[in-house]
Amino acid sequence: MPTLNKGYLILEDGHVFQGTLMEGSKPSSGEVVFNTSAFGYEQILTDPSYAGQIVVMTYPLIGNYGVSSRLLEADQPWVKGFVVRGLNIGEHYEKEEELKEFLQKNQLACISGVDTRALTRLIRNKGTMGGVITDSLENLEEMIRKARAVVPPPEGFVRQVSRKDAKKLGSGEKRIVLVDYGTKKSIITSITERECELIIVPADTPARDIMQFSPDGLVLSNGPGDPGECDYAIKAVQELIGSIPILGICLGHQILSLALGANTRKMVFGHRGSNHPVQDMRTGKIYITAQNHGYVTDESSLAGRGVDILFKNLNDGTVEGIIHRELPLMSVQFHPEASPGPVDTAYILDDFIENIKGNINFAEIANKPAV
Amino acid sequence: MPLNKDLKKVLVIGSGPIIIGQAAEFDYAGTQACRAIKEEGIKVILLNSNPATIMTDVDIADAVYMEPITIESVVKIIDKEKPDGIIANLGGQIGLNMALALDKAGILEEKGVPVLGMPLDAIYRAEDREMFKDTMQEMNEPIPESAIVHSVQEAIDFANQIGYPLIVRPAYTLGGTGGGNCINEEELHNIVNRGLKSSPIHQALIERSVAGYKEIEFEVMRDSNDNCITICSMENLDPVGIHTGDSIVAAPAQTLTDEEYQMLRSASIKIIRALKIAGGCNIQFALDPFSKKYYVIEVNPRVSRSSALASKATGYPIARVTTKIAIGYTLDEIPNTVTGTTTACFEPAIDYVVLKVPRWPFDKFVFGDRKLGTQMKATGEVMAIDRSFEAAFLKSIRSLEIGLNGLLLPELQEVSDEGLRTRLQYADDERIFIIAEAFTRGFTIDEIWDITQIDKYFLKKLKNIIDFALALKDKALDGETLTAAKKMGFSDSEIADLKGIREEDVRRLRREKGIIPTYKQVDTCAAEFDAQTPYFYSCYEQENEATHDPNVRKVLVIGSGPIRIGQGVEFDYCSVHAVWALRDAGIKAIIVNNNPETVSTDFDTSDRLYFEPLVFEDVMNILEEENPEGVIVQFGGQTAINLAGPLCRAGIKILGTSNESIDRAEDRERFDAMVADLGIPRPPGKSVYSVEEAVKAAEIIGYPVLVRPSYVLGGRAMEIVDNIDEMKQYMETAARVNKEHPVLVDKYLMGKEIEVDAVCDGQEVLIPGIMQHIERAGVHSGDSTAVFPAHDICQEIRDKVVDYTTRLALELDVRGLINIQFVEHENELYVLEVNPRSSRTIPFISKTTGIPMVKLATEIMFGKTLRDMGYQGGLYPEMGFYAVKVPVFSFNKLHQVDINLGPEMKSTGEVMGIDYSLDSAIYKGLLAAGVEIPEQGNIVATIAERDKPEAIPLLVEFGRMGFKITATEGTANALREQGIEVETVKKIKEGSPNIVDLIREGRVDFIVNTLTHGKKPYSDGFQIRRAAVELNVPCLTSLDTLKVVMQGFQTGSRIGSENAQIRPLQEYLAGIKK
Repeated sequence: MPTLNKGYLILEDGHVFQGTLMEGSKPSSGEVVFNTSAFGYEQILTDPSYAGQIVVMTYPLIGNYGVSSRLLEADQPWVKGFVVRGLNIGEHYEKEEELKEFLQKNQLACISGVDTRALTRLIRNKGTMGGVITDSLENLEEMIRKARAVVPPPEGFVRQVSRKDAKKLGSGEKRIVLVDYGTKKSIITSITERECELIIVPADTPARDIMQFSPDGLVLSNGPGDPGECDYAIKAVQELIGSIPILGICLGHQILSLALGANTRKMVFGHRGSNHPVQDMRTGKIYITAQNHGYVTDESSLAGRGVDILFKNLNDGTVEGIIHRELPLMSVQFHPEASPGPVDTAYILDDFIENIKGNINFAEIANKPAV
Repeated sequence: MPLNKDLKKVLVIGSGPIIIGQAAEFDYAGTQACRAIKEEGIKVILLNSNPATIMTDVDIADAVYMEPITIESVVKIIDKEKPDGIIANLGGQIGLNMALALDKAGILEEKGVPVLGMPLDAIYRAEDREMFKDTMQEMNEPIPESAIVHSVQEAIDFANQIGYPLIVRPAYTLGGTGGGNCINEEELHNIVNRGLKSSPIHQALIERSVAGYKEIEFEVMRDSNDNCITICSMENLDPVGIHTGDSIVAAPAQTLTDEEYQMLRSASIKIIRALKIAGGCNIQFALDPFSKKYYVIEVNPRVSRSSALASKATGYPIARVTTKIAIGYTLDEIPNTVTGTTTACFEPAIDYVVLKVPRWPFDKFVFGDRKLGTQMKATGEVMAIDRSFEAAFLKSIRSLEIGLNGLLLPELQEVSDEGLRTRLQYADDERIFIIAEAFTRGFTIDEIWDITQIDKYFLKKLKNIIDFALALKDKALDGETLTAAKKMGFSDSEIADLKGIREEDVRRLRREKGIIPTYKQVDTCAAEFDAQTPYFYSCYEQENEATHDPNVRKVLVIGSGPIRIGQGVEFDYCSVHAVWALRDAGIKAIIVNNNPETVSTDFDTSDRLYFEPLVFEDVMNILEEENPEGVIVQFGGQTAINLAGPLCRAGIKILGTSNESIDRAEDRERFDAMVADLGIPRPPGKSVYSVEEAVKAAEIIGYPVLVRPSYVLGGRAMEIVDNIDEMKQYMETAARVNKEHPVLVDKYLMGKEIEVDAVCDGQEVLIPGIMQHIERAGVHSGDSTAVFPAHDICQEIRDKVVDYTTRLALELDVRGLINIQFVEHENELYVLEVNPRSSRTIPFISKTTGIPMVKLATEIMFGKTLRDMGYQGGLYPEMGFYAVKVPVFSFNKLHQVDINLGPEMKSTGEVMGIDYSLDSAIYKGLLAAGVEIPEQGNIVATIAERDKPEAIPLLVEFGRMGFKITATEGTANALREQGIEVETVKKIKEGSPNIVDLIREGRVDFIVNTLTHGKKPYSDGFQIRRAAVELNVPCLTSLDTLKVVMQGFQTGSRIGSENAQIRPLQEYLAGIKK
């Protein structure tokens, strides 16, 4: 039983959660959010959508299978901190390092031994909050102030995590441009696996530059933060609507919504996990989806924008996907590429590719009568 | 799709008696099902022969048929009730098999009654090995290479093609009955031979063994709109090769990456879609620990033991939702009863770890083969929840009630290193303790993995526990260390043992330092939504969620823990009724239990459920948290009774009968003094502490004597001893059972055994009726066939029973239930045993009299009198029908266990037969218990010398009825003297072909075997009885039972015929009131 270093998560409302500070953890601050997935911690840690956030895992055993680079969603983790109940030693034939080693290597702040359930209940009731991970309760007032003052970087989270140059990947008869607002690797592979040529472009690529690639389709990726701050992206998408089939995923869905003139709003604590049921409003069918978002498209603001609501969240009724009645535009709030999470909605990527190939018409899907 | 409006009346098929592989989980599932239908305004017709269940209560179904679960019964019910559909996927394998049998017999079509929910095609494709294989191949889901065989030769041919190791799985059997692993031709030969015989269609699957792979299970749900969700993943600690019912199981799966998890989840959904299953389904996979290669091992298209576990592990009511789907709803139309705001169409997220550990019966069956394999042997299980694997694991060990407070089993200290290695090679029920012992000796994880193939993740967890324990020995017990120990899950009592102090010292220290548990809610959603479930578990964390109103009246009911021989589902029945009675009386009912299979651990049964070990520390913690006005220990069997003393000493109020009275009944000296004062006779006896004392006492009392350790449960280690040699042998083996308590030596009085349950308010004693056992005294009451009301005792004895019962209950100042066993010996009535608590016959008596015994007992605890509730003292009037309780055994699951009946209980469950005539009630009971004695054929008889005078006339009678009789020489000669034609067969030692060969060749239809004394596992009689079990040949070891069977034949095998009547329990009970 070695002596453990105490660590604390201090929230902007003054709540303090005690745990053990991982050796090598530096003080850190960010927006505190929770994820309810029991599997896929390494993918969550490296999903750029978590940029600036301190992630709390509600499942208490984390690290069970170590970390394998094959399964990471980005070259580096973007989270600001990691809060768990139990940081486990892992065992798996693909394990390259322990989770702890991975966290230390990436200089992430991590506290374990935290009553993550109490923390989750607090966030559920009070909403996401700023928080600070630290090794001492001295200067508590200052820490609380620091927790309150968590702000995005000057260029915004999206430009922070987006790639800076265009890159071509894969090959195939159709060419797809993916706008990288902070894309997960699994979105990239789920397009290249479908035998398409893929060009990934930075988040702030203007419309005309995108069109210069002569794409057959455009995918708007996931990404971190408030979509309302990405005026450059909204503008580009506005210009592209009508000239090219577009599929939006997560932040991409929100940006497409904004480009169509709808609004987005911040949720109390968002949806982060692998168990979110969404209903297809055309067929009544329900799919379990992976989700990771703190903002949502406002349903009432979609009226008169030419789109129908294609999916709704079965738990809280929020908009989970839209489809345009005339133009080849579709977007989903959840993650059809999963990783982590269920692959029930992977067919959406198939449908998009088939649409580009002319085998499926989005408008037909949109105009099917709702059940 | 909404509710199917065409349904006005639905027939639900229950699972019948509790046997190994089919336990209390179907009471939980069936009860949920009936309620889910009833609340829709649909009438529920139930067929179930098991009286010890909540499900067969008259207010759970509109018509409860307690009849044998046979085609004939179902046909009669259909004709009489004209149901609009049948629900068969909540009654375990019995229910599914019945659906198939009805279909094959063309009855469903003929009567126009559909099976609801589960398409028959799905059942065929999941259950029939060949169809299963084809179905999986069609959808490209991998299954191990296999062949369906109908003969041993076919199996050997297949083995010659693909090699060993192989697994044999007989078709359509419960819990893998008759199956096994084999590594060579000889083993294959034996297992296939046995397996084919236990398969009702004489078919078995031989497949490549994937032993050593990870065993992963998914609970999946699908509705008619093709919506699919997974409720829970589970991972067996033991790799493939050990039946999942005998495996320690963790939920969720522990060692999978998300990629692997999703791969298997997707496969599960693909399979449930392809089979078009509507409702819950369990799918088992084998996953290579070193690649993504996996195989589908099994699909159970029904609610199962695993789904009960998944329900309790997540809070998701699988049985209820399955039922709603069967009657038409889709998942999104079913409200989520947990959150109250969302729907049933979601996947639970859990924020704790769940462990299930099996409870094996080897404490009863000391000679039983403890090796674990593909055939399930556990009778029950416990579940524990905590925030770390280690803590959940240690809690589950405490919950087992096997006398251990941690992983260290003292006996193993004497085993050599080599001995440990040898025992690890074959998994047995103590494997986990052997691993723990090995770690204390410095064995490495690799070394143990190499032998056991248990995933190193799990081995590391076990090693963490051991390392912590070893380190704790040398550390000062300061606040930090103590907190760490409690977070790790160590009990006060284990900490005390490790530190060489007393448990109460640890408790005091802990409380001084404010180290007390917090309670967290089980809410299906990892705290994402506000939930209504009053379902909690303990852990040592920052926030306690079990907040409560101190001004509300509340009471804690202690449950009965895992199902084991001697303490079955009947005690859960009692606990649940106590809870309901409290709620009816406006008192908040809190229950503590750890059995995931039961109704009591459904979160909506009580006002609050604590899923915790039933040991002093954990129960006391809850009491300190809740501060209820008292605790009820009467209904939770010996588990709860054992807590009465410690809780009472800790200042907790025991409601109802006092701890003092319990002690007076259980303490031998005090009990003797009391009955002597009351002038009630009891067999002479003495408490002894040594072999010499025992021998001396027996000589004074006179053989035969009944010997047993004090403080017994289910007649543990009880034996009838005939002479001095047997006495010495017994004392040498059984004295180890309990060092602190003496062994009791009593005169064994042969005679009629009589049993009563009564309820007493302190002033009057209500006796609902008198039960008489068919088997003479000496057979444990739990293994006896009990007739209610007593059919063969005279008025004088009857009066004495009432008189003694009344006086004993009043003398003990019983407030609640009391159970008394008597023997009538040479026209005198002796009291054998008094238990001032609920007994296993309470559900049976409650059902057959309509007197709500538990409810009365509970209300009495709060001051009501029998008269307040419309009853009075004395014997309740008889009602003109007979109900017979017949025990059911699981001998075909337990190798090397002798099936003869004696004072030690062996049955795992019971059924009831009910009718206006005694013969018919007995016949129905035997049939329901699976004793199908043919109306003609070949009887083989081997009768012990002293039983011959009684047995010969009975056999003569069978001979006259046309049975062909075969016997060993002595018995054969005796029969010939009576003029009966007999064929003589050789004893085993006389060479072949002998009696066992005859049985194995299938030339015997029914066996009568009475035993010579002594527990000699390799005696002739033992081998005959085992052969009978393994080949499914009825074997009677009690001449009393034989006599009843004979009378049944004489008065009418007509019972199976058209004239036989079936009536719901409600009809019988209405008759009483007339």
